[in-house]
Amino acid sequence: MRRTRENPEVHAGSMADIAFLLLIFFLVTTTIQTDVGLDRKLPSDDVINHIDVNERNVLRISLNKNDELFVEDRVLGIDDLKQQAVAFLDNGGAIENQLLCDYCKGAHNPKSSDNPQKAIISLSSDRDASYGTYVQVQDRLALAYRELRNREAQRLFGQDFTAMEEKFYAAETKEVEKTALKVNIERIREMFPLNITEAELNVQSQKQS
Amino acid sequence: MAKFTKKKEGDLPAVSTASLPDIVFMLLFFFMTVTTMKDSSLLVENTLPNASEVKKLEKKDRVIYIYVGKPTQEYQKVFGTEPKIQLNDKFANVDEVGSFILAERAKKPQELQNVLTTALKVDKNANMGLITDIKLQLRKVNALKVNYTTYEGDAFNNLQ
Repeated sequence: MRRTRENPEVHAGSMADIAFLLLIFFLVTTTIQTDVGLDRKLPSDDVINHIDVNERNVLRISLNKNDELFVEDRVLGIDDLKQQAVAFLDNGGAIENQLLCDYCKGAHNPKSSDNPQKAIISLSSDRDASYGTYVQVQDRLALAYRELRNREAQRLFGQDFTAMEEKFYAAETKEVEKTALKVNIERIREMFPLNITEAELNVQSQKQS
Repeated sequence: MAKFTKKKEGDLPAVSTASLPDIVFMLLFFFMTVTTMKDSSLLVENTLPNASEVKKLEKKDRVIYIYVGKPTQEYQKVFGTEPKIQLNDKFANVDEVGSFILAERAKKPQELQNVLTTALKVDKNANMGLITDIKLQLRKVNALKVNYTTYEGDAFNNLQ
């Protein structure tokens, strides 16, 4: 009956260590779900687009109630939207010096946008269009901008624009590095500013052209 | 070996409870980290659309949420099947959005009031008319930063 006689106490000294080990394991592996989404800025209410816009600098995109996509009054598949937007933004049709876009690789068609700063994408949607399609269109346009921005960032700084942004927002990046990055990021953003407007612009530009 | 054989015979030694606080704290910390505070229960269907060009919506204290979608099954008898807006815990009309934003903004600390983002959590089957009305309201109260909250994924899944 050796077993009943010998009942050694459970050694509990290392229990705390095990507990902390587990705690740290869970701390590291669990991620709290964060929301993701597309950030946009609405136009301010008191300045309703009093800029003069030339018709050639506007790319009109509209969604009808059956979720069909129209670009400049022609039906377009949503797969082709990105390519169309890139062609429009990157056109660089201006020949005058101050508007000349020396980094644009587009067709330089004088009937399309002068340069990316001037180019405006006007997005309008029918009241019955579905939100899913609208987000998809916004997403495609964002993709077009990202492609162009990445291209320029690669050319100027040898890395993707998205990588630069990620590095800028990362917590571990040092302050000095951040200030340097910020200048570069702003430069790229200025080259291809995100000009997506909704509906209100139409009246103004028609008057202009 | 005399040390080991000098045990009392027969009675069970008590299991040490010295580590119990550790275990409890561990559990506590675990639940503290994984719990997200649920501030309002959803009254509307909320299948968000997919998008790939997404940015993270960080700093939850700077976000005001607006939910839009069809009322869920149990509310459909009362509110119908047309998409509705949900603010906090109740259904609301479009013209209440402005005052809601102002009220929420007033609740936030002074230094955050200018940097608030409005997250639009909209069901992908909702119609754009309602969204346009909401955006008009947001512009009226100068809440210009919006985030169309989505799931991360291929946008082509939105079609079905």
